[in-house]
Amino acid sequence: MKVAVDDLHFSYNGKEVLEGLDLEVRRGEFIGIVGPNGSGKTTLLKNIGGVLDPDDGAVYLGEEELTSIPIKEVATKVAALQQETSVGFDFTVREVVEMGRFPHLDRFERHSEGDLEAVDRAIEITDLENFSDRYVNQLSGGEKQRVFLALALAQEPELLLLDEPTASLDINYQIRIMETVKCLQSEGLTVVAAIHDLNLAAQYADRVALIADGVVKVVGKPGRVLTGDNIAKVFGVEVEVEESDVKGSIHIFPKTGELGQ
Amino acid sequence: MNRVKPKATFLTLFVLLAFAFLVGIAIGPVSIPFGKSLLILTDKLPLLEFSGLPSNFQTIIFDLRLPRILTGLLVGSSLAISGTVMQGIFRNPLATPYILGVASGGSAGAATVVVLGFTSNYALPVGALVGALSAVTIVYRISWSHGSTSSYTLILAGVALSSLFSALTTALIFVAGPYQQHRVLFWMMGGLWRSSWTLFKILLPIVTVGAGIICAWSRDLNALALGESAAEHLGVKPSMVKKTLLGLATAITAVSVAAAGSIGFVGLVIPHIMRMILGPDHRILLPAAALGGGVFLIYTDVMAKTIMQPVEMPVGVITAFFGAPFFLYLLRKKIVGGRMR
Repeated sequence: MKVAVDDLHFSYNGKEVLEGLDLEVRRGEFIGIVGPNGSGKTTLLKNIGGVLDPDDGAVYLGEEELTSIPIKEVATKVAALQQETSVGFDFTVREVVEMGRFPHLDRFERHSEGDLEAVDRAIEITDLENFSDRYVNQLSGGEKQRVFLALALAQEPELLLLDEPTASLDINYQIRIMETVKCLQSEGLTVVAAIHDLNLAAQYADRVALIADGVVKVVGKPGRVLTGDNIAKVFGVEVEVEESDVKGSIHIFPKTGELGQ
Repeated sequence: MNRVKPKATFLTLFVLLAFAFLVGIAIGPVSIPFGKSLLILTDKLPLLEFSGLPSNFQTIIFDLRLPRILTGLLVGSSLAISGTVMQGIFRNPLATPYILGVASGGSAGAATVVVLGFTSNYALPVGALVGALSAVTIVYRISWSHGSTSSYTLILAGVALSSLFSALTTALIFVAGPYQQHRVLFWMMGGLWRSSWTLFKILLPIVTVGAGIICAWSRDLNALALGESAAEHLGVKPSMVKKTLLGLATAITAVSVAAAGSIGFVGLVIPHIMRMILGPDHRILLPAAALGGGVFLIYTDVMAKTIMQPVEMPVGVITAFFGAPFFLYLLRKKIVGGRMR
């Protein structure tokens, strides 16, 4: 789904976090949002997901303005995976994934065949078949994150928002989550992901938007955005950027001793 | 812990409920044999007529015991549903109508009404409702910040406000005349002795409508278990769900407190036991807690009536005697509380 963010303003308690941010997300692309801590990546995602309403400016899902769509209908089109997830009480994996169908159901409607198929598919894609009767609270961080990805997929969204989904995971789970998302993108899913790890962003995103001071500074192919100059300007550190052996990817590492001088 | 199938649980609860009716009708200061109780009950049905049943038995059953059982069912259900709702919306195993100040607010409101000398049947519930709603509003407001409620602040605010309202109630008793003093003290101890058809008719619509709407929101309550922002991405507005359900839970607690005074532990223990047996899905949990709470209160009330005959114990004493140790046992065994956060 095409997304347009138009002159978005948002502030928390009088402190402006987004100061007129513009961004176009093309249908079916994977766009990575990078930027320093506190630059407003999460706030941007929450605005795109309809969890926060902009102070000024607008977000368009397709042709429709987001605030004009009921929140439950938004949830049939947009799903999200967050960094921190927890479940109160002992819900099983399957019970949590089934909640992904919630936005598609009326108050008293029961799950249809189609709903259950969507749940099965989400569990299969995330490789959770053997976990479906386990309590989510008893799973490891990486497994839990897969459950929440499955929940998002059960919503059958057109747009998936990822907020640092792999920040606390080991490299195995990082790659499994990102590969799963990449695979879904090839089937038409649009992905907007806030990613801390610049290398990970460079590897998986089609385009990268570098945000700082509440606006998008640069947007484009990872190789053109994540340059030594741009990173120095926005993050305040000197880095070396190299073409990686992995096709189309770049590799970023700090110049050693830089911060000590 | 393996879960029990909902069907089996509900069947058991209904059997226990049916049996509770029989026990509640037959047992009391005047014991009426089961057979006679049944005859008297069926006698009310059209086309069936038995003669020669003592009319004082009929009076005892229809004017005292039956309304008392039904009131107990409603009060127990309300407390258990409220507890389930509050634990659910705050994702906190401690949240109950008592901890959050709802019950003591209701008590203070009702005590005020009594001390001011209002004697109408509606005065007590209205007073309790005003007290309970103001308590819950204050607690919710205090713990609300930046678009969400903090569980710790919530519990602490609830405890502090409970003390304040209890102090207010004590002060009211202190300044009241002897008659009002007696009324408030008796009512505060918690018991179903005031039950009557009039009381039941006030409770019935409020409790059934309140509990009905709460049950209709079970999926929203499930979504909240995933955290507020995950719930929002499922199309659930957490503040809306919290306000609606908290308001309804407060209302049914308030009328229950007005009817039966403070009866502790039903709202804490029953939801935990039912969650342990059935799992946390509120679509099943809420009706099961309602039934379980009602059945539990009917049985404990029978005990309250008989344990120290001819004196009647406050039923709150019995529920606490059973509820507290059992809950401590569950805590110790890590069956409840351990994995919750």
